[in-house]
Amino acid sequence: MNHWIIAPVVLPALLAPFIVLAARYHIGIQRTLSIAGVLALIIIAAGLAFQVSDGSIVLYQLSDWAAPFGIVLVADRLSTLMVLLTAVLALFVLLYAIGSGWDNRGRHFHALFQFQLMGIMGAFLTGDLFNLFVFFEVLLIASYGLMIHAGGNERLRAGVQYVLFNLIGSTLFLFALGSIYAETGTLNMADLANRVAMIGPEDTVGIRIAAVLLLLVFAIKAALVPLHFWLPSSYAEAPAPVAALFAIMTKVGAYAIIRVYTMIFPPDLDVTAGLHDLWLLPAALLSLAIGMVGVLAAKRLDRLVAFSVIGSMGMVMVAISLFTPEGIAAALYYIVHSTLAGAVLFLISDLVRTGRADLNLTPQPPVAGNALTAGLFFIGAIAMAGLPPLSGFLGKLLILNAAYDADLMVWIWVIVLTSSLISIVGFALAGSVLFWKAHSIEALEDAPIHPRPAALSYVAVGGLISLLVAHTVFAGQMHAYTTTMAAQLFAPEPYISTVIETPGKHSKPTTEDH
Amino acid sequence: MEFLVASAIGVLTAGGIYLMLRLRTFPVILGMSLLTYAVNVFLFSSGRLTVGAPPILSDGVSVYTDPLPQALVLTAIVISFGMTAVVVMIGLGAFLGSDDDHVDDPSEDADDKAEGTS
Repeated sequence: MNHWIIAPVVLPALLAPFIVLAARYHIGIQRTLSIAGVLALIIIAAGLAFQVSDGSIVLYQLSDWAAPFGIVLVADRLSTLMVLLTAVLALFVLLYAIGSGWDNRGRHFHALFQFQLMGIMGAFLTGDLFNLFVFFEVLLIASYGLMIHAGGNERLRAGVQYVLFNLIGSTLFLFALGSIYAETGTLNMADLANRVAMIGPEDTVGIRIAAVLLLLVFAIKAALVPLHFWLPSSYAEAPAPVAALFAIMTKVGAYAIIRVYTMIFPPDLDVTAGLHDLWLLPAALLSLAIGMVGVLAAKRLDRLVAFSVIGSMGMVMVAISLFTPEGIAAALYYIVHSTLAGAVLFLISDLVRTGRADLNLTPQPPVAGNALTAGLFFIGAIAMAGLPPLSGFLGKLLILNAAYDADLMVWIWVIVLTSSLISIVGFALAGSVLFWKAHSIEALEDAPIHPRPAALSYVAVGGLISLLVAHTVFAGQMHAYTTTMAAQLFAPEPYISTVIETPGKHSKPTTEDH
Repeated sequence: MEFLVASAIGVLTAGGIYLMLRLRTFPVILGMSLLTYAVNVFLFSSGRLTVGAPPILSDGVSVYTDPLPQALVLTAIVISFGMTAVVVMIGLGAFLGSDDDHVDDPSEDADDKAEGTS
């Protein structure tokens, strides 16, 4: 058995307590360990992604117990891509946190960061729904700590909202799991896929409720309107590097929706007929519209970025809710883009913040390093709004193309294109107020001199932007890969048979059988 | 017995949701706890209600209760207990810091005031 699959979970899980116990008062050692851990994660994730890129499915049975009795981790194209994306994002976020000194403004940043990574990696790799719940909790507990890192009243207040909203989400998740278990008697995803298909049309009440509850839970995570209310405050108040890392957390919800609703409740299943096109698609269109209108209406830069994250999640969900291979392939391409673009914008809003009294969109004297920051903001805004030449434009084209045959094609095209226009206006307004009008404002005599942001911060932002550029340049290869990924998702038989039929401990005959 | 368990879950859930809609930290946390109790009982009943039956294999027994929900409930209890402690601490911190225990965002002018002082 290949033990590398569990390494992305075990490595941060061991590193985090080590950082707390051994390097508690030495920020230098913490930084070194954290960076080393993330670098190792990238290498492992790249290895895993390479291993499954030929379409194979790698299974890991914990303690050698066979599914569905034991817990399994499964690596396929989709999960390894998400793991690799998380690891790469984590590296640049960590560089920024170190460069800007955010990690030193409170205790235990690096330990919580590692726990957060552990939760995210586990959520992507697990093949068991209850295990998914547990990893959701791991990443949430760590995110509570990171969210209120460095304290402050505003942040604590936003933290309370964030924690309570997610606790309600977790409770809903448990209700969903309870009803699924009551209906099918299993929580292993592959086993569920087999058993849900066996449920007759006459007694589907319970499993329908479970499917809807589960969708609600993942929609909360993905910040889908009308379940998005937790996101603007908490992302805007969270420390910038944390908000940038949170850019992957909404994608955990999107990943879970893709995974569960292609394998367990596939679109052609009678039980959940109508759930995707009747409910998910309008909600996704609504969140796209509300997110981009929020971009135009926001009075603060950090809120603006938070709303653009909601909008881009809406875009992802529009593509997902088509539930065609083309739609999912476009969604996966856009997920990578929107994670990177969201993180870039959060980091840039912190670059702006270091030179100003607040992030209100009002003209204030130019910040230190104004020209460079403005240039980076320009690139980030182009990426997020989906203008050519960056990957947001290509992703949007792919989504529009995938939606060409959909029933609601007119609605999708109109809302996607209009909301893009609105977001362009919103970003242009914000950028011109922040960076252009700044030159017409005289700095006060006694204004405090703000230092220029550290070079490492710019390196981190530049690195993320160069990834966006690479995502654009290699769009052909990337889209070909996400297409094979979507094909794999819509033909889950190899996944199911690998998980169910791989023998484990239980199939070995024992001498004292009861 | 089914009626008793079902109505208990229903009452706990209704009370929990009512308290959560009060939008002040203390009732909301109480509501959260009620809701987690409800979900714990619900998880228990998802393995069907069986009285006085062992969950593990033993000789001479033909009726078993499902052991898996018990393990799930145990995990859920531990997690929700820890979460409640965390949210109490964060809520206390927010209350002591801003002298206000409302969960929702303050209104616009109160927001400006708070930003002016921070």
